[in-house]
Amino acid sequence: MDLDKDAQKLVWGAAVPLQIYLDESEITTLTPPPPFLVLGPRLGYLPLLIPLLKPHFNSSLPPGVDTIWFDYKGLPLKWYIPIGVLFDLLCAEPERPWNLTVHFRGYPSEILTPCEGEDSIKWSFINSLKEAAYIINGNCKNVMNMSQSDQVELWKCVGKAALEGYCRISSKLKLGTTMEEYIARIQSSLMQPTQGISDADNVGPSRAGRIPVRLYVRCIEEDLDDLTDATAINSWDQISYLNQPIEIRNNEGTYLTLHDALKVLLPDVFMDESSIDEQMSNMLLEDVPQQYTESDSQGGELEKVSSMGNNTVAFTSDRQSPQCSPSKSRVKLIRIQGIEPRLDLPLSWVISNLLNPEFYLHICVYLEVSPSQVERR
Amino acid sequence: MESSGSWVGTITLANFNTSASTLLERWSEIYPTLPPWIWVSCSRLPCGASRKGEGYLVLENIHQFMLDEEGGGEEGKCNEEVKLHNVLLDDCGRERFCGEDDSFDHDMLVESCDQETCVFDFHIVYSSSYRVPVLYFYAYRSDGQPLGLADIEHSLPPHSLKILQEARWTYMTREEHPHLNRPWFMLHPCGTSDWMKLLFDGNLFANELIVKQYLLSWLSVVGQAIGLKIPSGILKWPK
Repeated sequence: MDLDKDAQKLVWGAAVPLQIYLDESEITTLTPPPPFLVLGPRLGYLPLLIPLLKPHFNSSLPPGVDTIWFDYKGLPLKWYIPIGVLFDLLCAEPERPWNLTVHFRGYPSEILTPCEGEDSIKWSFINSLKEAAYIINGNCKNVMNMSQSDQVELWKCVGKAALEGYCRISSKLKLGTTMEEYIARIQSSLMQPTQGISDADNVGPSRAGRIPVRLYVRCIEEDLDDLTDATAINSWDQISYLNQPIEIRNNEGTYLTLHDALKVLLPDVFMDESSIDEQMSNMLLEDVPQQYTESDSQGGELEKVSSMGNNTVAFTSDRQSPQCSPSKSRVKLIRIQGIEPRLDLPLSWVISNLLNPEFYLHICVYLEVSPSQVERR
Repeated sequence: MESSGSWVGTITLANFNTSASTLLERWSEIYPTLPPWIWVSCSRLPCGASRKGEGYLVLENIHQFMLDEEGGGEEGKCNEEVKLHNVLLDDCGRERFCGEDDSFDHDMLVESCDQETCVFDFHIVYSSSYRVPVLYFYAYRSDGQPLGLADIEHSLPPHSLKILQEARWTYMTREEHPHLNRPWFMLHPCGTSDWMKLLFDGNLFANELIVKQYLLSWLSVVGQAIGLKIPSGILKWPK
């Protein structure tokens, strides 16, 4: 194991202590069953705990067919988001143990995608891995062509948080995740002329230098002294979720930090002087008819709804829409794998150590906004 | 003009937007009385974290793929649907791309209309991971009750049903809609760039033309997975 990857071992060993209660409406016994205590692996998924939970609660359940799901303070938890990410995102101040409720009936199928046992979770994982491979390599052949036995073994290693076995198989996928490899790709792509309908600044033949990222943005009240006072999330609409690769093309082998990467993803939040100018000039280019429902000129949520009729087709720029004045939201904190990383961390270290097994970097960003905006969201 | 030979079949977000406008225009020209595709702009991030202008295409309230000859009660709509049905069935132009013979079984489609009418909403969303469009759809009964996979299987064209049975987890699954935060059916995009490249293969098109035709061509293939067919007339290929 590479010394540079010490943190990866810690990440793989990390778990969230869970205290799981049975939903009150499903208790058929006179005395409610005691909560179930279990360590939920950060890289694991909630439904994988079901074989442990089920015997504990089985005797209390009403008759019927199981459709198992979890909630935290009334928010149905998306089973395809890793446990560690759910915890980082939904517990502003880490709560230990984390009190969750399990439901065996009444699956909220309008909110959560169906989970049909372990196969659903496995394939959600494999499909994410495939997507990550496409982002990194420009194709997902290595994942598609994985042998059946490797596929089974890889998933088993993820389920058991067996890092060594995982590395052995995942290395066959050739999804190199060191900065050296990324930079080598970027440079080789810069050598090649732009081809086809590629934009010079967008699609290169090798799609080099892209990092698979899942970004979760949550707004909390500004000036909170205690994060436990943050308003709990009661709907997923309050979380902005972005499945958007970070492009790191513009740096020619220079030392990249986490801040550089976040700036690419959220230019308005992590900006520097020059990008403000650029935004202002791009705003002038925009002429798509738009309606704004702006909650507050100080920032906060803003939804833009523009309906394009048959003849009002006007796209001028994909670079920037003038959705609000920049720099009004401040970053309260950033969490990756339960860590609040310094922004000057080398990106190479982040990638080497903090990726989830499907090669995605899950980043939770808390933005500060005025309390009225938090409630409105 | 450049050769499309080295093009990998993907499209940029900017070009997706351009191509979307072509789809809106052409669709309304050909089907003036059908529901139009609508462009919905949206921001997925809160203020202060705004991002480049993103949006998606929406085609809603499509009854049984507008192929329902038997079950329609609304006169005007029903006639239009019949017309569309005939037009669509005449088109075999794109079939080589799904590797099937003429498997759009007229009887099958009509038969499926005996069942309670399904209504479909279609959304076309850009995937920045795959750099291709992705088709999402939501199916519900006319009373609004959402339909699951088992409910819509009978509405799928036979070749699509076959793929679904062979590749249950990698063809058409319910996934979180990127803009709506709730489960929609999604057609997996991992092979899209490959067959889009094939679609334009051997043709020396100007980039501008590929951009314009991209979404229409894409929809003509991907729509077949759920019986939404595009007549060849909507595609303007250079002579």
